[in-house]
Amino acid sequence: MTVRVQETDFDIGAELAHLTDGNRRIGGLAVFVGLVREMHVREGYHRDRIDALTLEHYPGMTETALQEIETEANRRWPLEATLIVHRYGRMEPGERIVLVAVGSPHREAAFEACEFLVDWLKTKAPFWKLEDTPKGEQWVGAHEGDDAAAARWEKK
Amino acid sequence: MKIRYFAWMKRTVGVPEEEVTPPADIDTVGDLIVWLRARSPGHAEALAEGAAFGAAVDQRTATFDVKLAGAREVAFFPPFTGG
Repeated sequence: MTVRVQETDFDIGAELAHLTDGNRRIGGLAVFVGLVREMHVREGYHRDRIDALTLEHYPGMTETALQEIETEANRRWPLEATLIVHRYGRMEPGERIVLVAVGSPHREAAFEACEFLVDWLKTKAPFWKLEDTPKGEQWVGAHEGDDAAAARWEKK
Repeated sequence: MKIRYFAWMKRTVGVPEEEVTPPADIDTVGDLIVWLRARSPGHAEALAEGAAFGAAVDQRTATFDVKLAGAREVAFFPPFTGG
């Protein structure tokens, strides 16, 4: 179980190799990588171009929240390896924001736990996105869809 | 006690953090919010009733009925938008 919050980019290949090296019980590795999009669709129709995204976070609480989410995933599924790397600071479209990787003996647990981790970190870890658009800076609002995605895991 | 503000709330209040000494009858996060509103128009706007924000007490997410009970740090922030 590893959680890292950092300003710098990460190397996906190196991270995944490090995560699975030496553990031959892992049969499947599910990976999610979040990237900065060049467009933000607001209210379903209006589009804003994004020149950059700045992620602010709450140092200390962020790491604790991510560790708790990771612990919960390990409680729910038989996992061999979990990794969350989340960046903060200024990023441009195309840059990587977040890496979530889950290794398990079987693919079902890996896929499910990976989706769970992404859904919960979006709604339970203290990060905030500020978009730099041609019209000026805009704080990203919470999405109802994200809340619904996180809520479907509450019942288990 | 240290109060911290994040994202747009930091800009509306005008400072990222401040040290305050609430009176003894400030018992819960909700009491603290009402008391902080009186500090400046920025505080009143950021912490307005009906504004969409949450809180953490000593770096753990807290609802407004949570008791402060010797808390060292209380934070206020908009809904999270990471990932």
